[in-house]
Amino acid sequence: MLLEMAGVEKAYPGEDGVPVPVLRGLDLTLAAGETLALTGESGSGKSTALNLAAGLDEADAGRIAVEGRDVSAMGERARATLRRERIGLVFQQFNLVPSLDVGANLAFQARLAGREADVAPLAERLGLAAHLSKYPEQLSGGQQQRVAIGRALAARPALILADEPTGNLDEATGAAVMEEMLALVRETGAGLLVVTHSATLAGRMDRRVHLKGGVAT
Amino acid sequence: MRGAVLSALLSHWRRRPLQLATLILGLALATALWTGVQAINAEARASYAEASEALGAGGGRIVGTGPIPPETWVAMRRAGWPVTPVVEGEIAEGVRLVGIDGLTAGGAGPFAGGGEAGGRAGEGAATEAEDGVDPLAFLRGEAALVSPEAVAALGRRAVLGGREVALVPSAAAGTGEVVADWTLALDALGREGFDRLDLSPAGPEPLTPLPRGLRVVSDGGDVARLTDSFHLNLTAFGLLSFAVGLFIVQSSVALAFEQRRPAFRTLRALGVPGGTLVALAAGELVVLSLVAGAAGVLLGWAVAAALLPGVAATLEGLYGAEVDGGLSLRPAWALSGLGIAVAGALLASVSALWKLWRLPPLAAGQPRAWARASGRTALWQGAAAAGLLALSAAVAWAADGLVAGFVTLGALLLGAALALPPVLSLTLAWGARLVRGPQAEWFMADTRQQLPGLSLALMALLLALAANVGVSTMVGSFRGTFTGWLDQRLAAELYITAGDPAQAEEIEAFLAPRAEAILPIWSVPTRIGGVPGEIYGVRDHATYRDNWPLLEAAPDVWDRLQRGEVLINEQTARRMSLGVGDAVALAEGWEARVAGVYSDYGNPAAQAMAGEADLARRYPDAPVFRFGLRTGDPEGLRAALIEFGLPPEAVIDQAGIKAFSLEVFDRTFAVTAALNVLTLSVAGFAMLASLLTLAAMRLPQLAPVWALGVTRRRLGWLELLRSVMLAGITAVLALPVGLALAWVLLAVVNVEAFGWRLPMRVFPGDWMVLGGAALLAAALAAAWPARRLATLPPRALIAVFVQER
Amino acid sequence: MRLICLLVLLPATSLAQGFAGLGTDAEGFALPDPDYAIAFPRDHGPHSDYRIEWWYVTATLTGEDGRDYGVQWTLFRSALAPGEADAQVWMGHAGITTPERHFAAERFARGGVGLAGVEAEPFRAWIDEWSMEGPSLSDVTMTARGPEAGFALDLVAEGPFVLQGALGYSVKSAEGQASHYYSQPFYRAEGVIDLPSGPVAVAGDAWLDREWSSQPLSEGQTGWDWFSLSFEGGERMMGFRLRGGGDYTSATWIEADGTPTPYGDGALRVTPLRVAEVAGRDVPVEWRVELPAEGVDVRTVPLNEDAWMGVSVPYWEGPLRFEGTHEGRGYLEMTGYE
Repeated sequence: MLLEMAGVEKAYPGEDGVPVPVLRGLDLTLAAGETLALTGESGSGKSTALNLAAGLDEADAGRIAVEGRDVSAMGERARATLRRERIGLVFQQFNLVPSLDVGANLAFQARLAGREADVAPLAERLGLAAHLSKYPEQLSGGQQQRVAIGRALAARPALILADEPTGNLDEATGAAVMEEMLALVRETGAGLLVVTHSATLAGRMDRRVHLKGGVAT
Repeated sequence: MRGAVLSALLSHWRRRPLQLATLILGLALATALWTGVQAINAEARASYAEASEALGAGGGRIVGTGPIPPETWVAMRRAGWPVTPVVEGEIAEGVRLVGIDGLTAGGAGPFAGGGEAGGRAGEGAATEAEDGVDPLAFLRGEAALVSPEAVAALGRRAVLGGREVALVPSAAAGTGEVVADWTLALDALGREGFDRLDLSPAGPEPLTPLPRGLRVVSDGGDVARLTDSFHLNLTAFGLLSFAVGLFIVQSSVALAFEQRRPAFRTLRALGVPGGTLVALAAGELVVLSLVAGAAGVLLGWAVAAALLPGVAATLEGLYGAEVDGGLSLRPAWALSGLGIAVAGALLASVSALWKLWRLPPLAAGQPRAWARASGRTALWQGAAAAGLLALSAAVAWAADGLVAGFVTLGALLLGAALALPPVLSLTLAWGARLVRGPQAEWFMADTRQQLPGLSLALMALLLALAANVGVSTMVGSFRGTFTGWLDQRLAAELYITAGDPAQAEEIEAFLAPRAEAILPIWSVPTRIGGVPGEIYGVRDHATYRDNWPLLEAAPDVWDRLQRGEVLINEQTARRMSLGVGDAVALAEGWEARVAGVYSDYGNPAAQAMAGEADLARRYPDAPVFRFGLRTGDPEGLRAALIEFGLPPEAVIDQAGIKAFSLEVFDRTFAVTAALNVLTLSVAGFAMLASLLTLAAMRLPQLAPVWALGVTRRRLGWLELLRSVMLAGITAVLALPVGLALAWVLLAVVNVEAFGWRLPMRVFPGDWMVLGGAALLAAALAAAWPARRLATLPPRALIAVFVQER
Repeated sequence: MRLICLLVLLPATSLAQGFAGLGTDAEGFALPDPDYAIAFPRDHGPHSDYRIEWWYVTATLTGEDGRDYGVQWTLFRSALAPGEADAQVWMGHAGITTPERHFAAERFARGGVGLAGVEAEPFRAWIDEWSMEGPSLSDVTMTARGPEAGFALDLVAEGPFVLQGALGYSVKSAEGQASHYYSQPFYRAEGVIDLPSGPVAVAGDAWLDREWSSQPLSEGQTGWDWFSLSFEGGERMMGFRLRGGGDYTSATWIEADGTPTPYGDGALRVTPLRVAEVAGRDVPVEWRVELPAEGVDVRTVPLNEDAWMGVSVPYWEGPLRFEGTHEGRGYLEMTGYE
């Protein structure tokens, strides 16, 4: 199993210091090559679930495993290594490195993981070939998100985690970007977990898990 | 991974070359000020060391309690002491006989590399031979050298010690001198021994200790002691400048880190461990600070080279210490400059690196978060400021010593700097309630919001202004007091110096009918309370009663003086905690009651004044060479004295001495003034740097205002106004800090370093000028960013909306 | 008073005028006597009725570091006036030669006050803290130092004193100028040289020359080249050439047991092989030295060609090695190269 979450719990400190539970025993699995949409209302804990899967945050209870390795048992360094080498992250805010040009951004995570990446075909596929030497601030939102997707894919991760990847894009652009992403993910055989509140986007995935009250329904 | 992260970190600077320039220039300027001061100090100290070496290893002259017998000299030479004897005395009116040993006057002889020594000796032989002295005749006491102008008085032959001696005119003999072999001189003067032994420059180490009863009068050590206080002041100034510079560095570093915060977050999310990130960021800083440090060292060298001639003139004028005007690149200060650049950059970055270390990959990534975070630390800052100010006051109140003085100073400045942001914030909040109209209200609110980003630069400005106020108040107070003191102390119209005691007696006789009063100025070296010092003998005269600057005195102090009590200078009183009525040891077997304390600026040593008769009774042989003369016609008397035979340089009028003293004084502090200007420029640059960096981050805040109908031009003006307003408030706040600084300098540091306390005087005119300079600096610093804003393409402002949502 | 440095004027008129001055008039002073019988220890002491005299030691040494060193210790006496025993000026010269550097030092002192002097037995020669002292001149300790370098050597004679020329009467020119001259060429030397880099223990041979006269050079003579050579077989050889007014040479072949064979003018041939610029002068530093009567034909090479004594009357004085018909070490002194 590519990703496995079992009985995962997570609470955040509230205004008055009393912990507010966000996840109350989430169970979720994702097989290699599978695509999965995680949906739910704002505050339902779907982004938290994704952050926990990425090792960006630590669960209070439960088990999270990526490719069979227990993420909750890992230290910060090991989790950083896992992210660097096995996981591709795509955020709503694009999160490009503003001082690097498009080409360097595309190759960036691959270089972090110590891999050589030939970004040219990827750029071609994502329609970025003409923009390789531009800087992120010179691109439109759709283009920036394409760069972010390309950056995640160029590193050839086993698992791609995307948090509202089209949240900052208009509908048409979002749909187009998503199609390209799905096509690319399917070609590489990676697993994809997308957090979204868009039913349309969720419908494009193999499976869909809806979060409510901190558990999958 | 490291390579990729490093290239991402460094790519930031490629995209923001201006910010990089700010950081490097700020650090370079700070390093330059520090290095410049260090270089001046190092050069001056090296010059003293050279000078004392030239005077002889371990000192210049050896003296005893009485004449030094020739046997002692021979025994010392046999023990490897490179000494040569000198005996001097009066043989005729205005003619001094100087007895030397021509065979050892050159010392132990050069044991240097053969070639060089050969060249020297060869040249020497050639020039000396032209002097036309028959060395054999000189050694056998048949011939002596005479100064050319004394030939007229003495002729070409003289009878010395019962022998007829040929006198050979020679430039080697000083004015009014006859130079002869010591055997002849001892006979002619009827002496049993030498006055002194001169230690020669380059000799090997002596094999035995100095014989009992003799001591080395070491000029080098005296110079070092005298000039220490001067260097202490310079070093303190250097540190202050560096502190100001560090504020620039910290603001540049903090802003650079803040701008890259989203990028850092992305890096962490993409799997770069926090430790690696911090290590690489620190490495980047070290490299940058090395580059900046190297530039700073060169810049500092230039600063030092520009200031050194002034310092050299000062030191020579003040203390007679000769300093070479040239500057050499000494590894010591070059390395210390580099070291302090790196250490300073890391110190300034500690908090930024700490924040980076603690940065959770999920924190809000926007720059504005930083402003809020800083808002939270404002409370902590206020508390720290209060604590530091309290500490400063407590140390000033309770502790003594130079270290305590500097702790007071440091705590005061740091506390004031930390207190600045909260005080500014409160001032602006209060100001916001006073203004009316949406634009003005927005302006005040926006200014307050900018404070966190500008506060470091404003702190630097505060420190620079406070240092300016403090130092100029100190210098001004010093100068004012010094001038007044000179007026009092230099009450006599003419000051003359006789060639020797015999001439002095003749002059006294000559003057008796011509001057209103003749006040001998004579002293004997002694140990006052165990410390080397001098006792002056004072004639009972109204000049002293009317003018002498007394800080503390018993009733009828001048009568008491003639009855055996003494006056001591302020330094002695402070160091030994003596006051009126206390007993002070003046010499072996001489203890006297203190009748008063007088101010004695510019003299680091202990000093006392006793009645003339008292001193003459205890030291009947102490010669009197110098006199102060009271007269209604100084010009006429001066002319008469020169006609009488005194060389013009031996007759100095009061105005001449005052002018010289003030010139020396002003030159001393010209260095301070130059450093003041530099520090203020650095602070202005800090503002420029902060404003430039803020400009880019501020677009999201300005764009809505622009969209609502305020022109870019007006926004630009408002930016300029904001900067000037903040600088103005800072300048007002800097004033009390500067005055407190001046008080610490005058009442604590000066007392410890120099031994005198100066009354503080204030110079509001100077403050106006300084305030104007601060506003000008702020306006200049804001001019460029404001102009950029005024001419910003609308596209850039629109982009804010597009990108934000 | 400005610092006047009379010392450069004062090494007696003769020296002040350079080595050529040694040919000046000797009026009032004693003159060398061919019939004078040199006797020890009496003649180790000063002869104050003669105008000029010296105690001259040179040592060829090997350091514990395996390198060659040379040391010179000299005390000159120069009388100011005839008949006044105390009217003397003493001058000390010391030199240390290493392969890289040469150190020279000079001292001056007047006589009669204890600053400098010589006593025959127990032997004592001194100027300031420099000295050469021992129970006899055959067993002395010799020290001198300057700001940068110094030395202390124990000298023990392993052979007899050797009279130069005709039983100690050494002729210096065709006109008959002469000096009294004897040597001790058989010292075994051992001690320490203090260099700026630290002390070096040394051992080797040393050679003493004693000479006194009142007018050793003839008027036309301008300087000399003087050799002392020690051969591997234990023999020694002294030879000099006086330049100017037709060169004049003289040599003494000394057997290992000290038996001297004097050779008069012309027997010795010295030829400069290489001239180097030293202290701005052209100085011959490598020589061919021939004494055909003893089958000697060698080439000398200096340890350090910059062995310049930059003192008030400058000259060249340094150690050498030689090879050819014979091998060994020696010392070379060259004066009057202007």
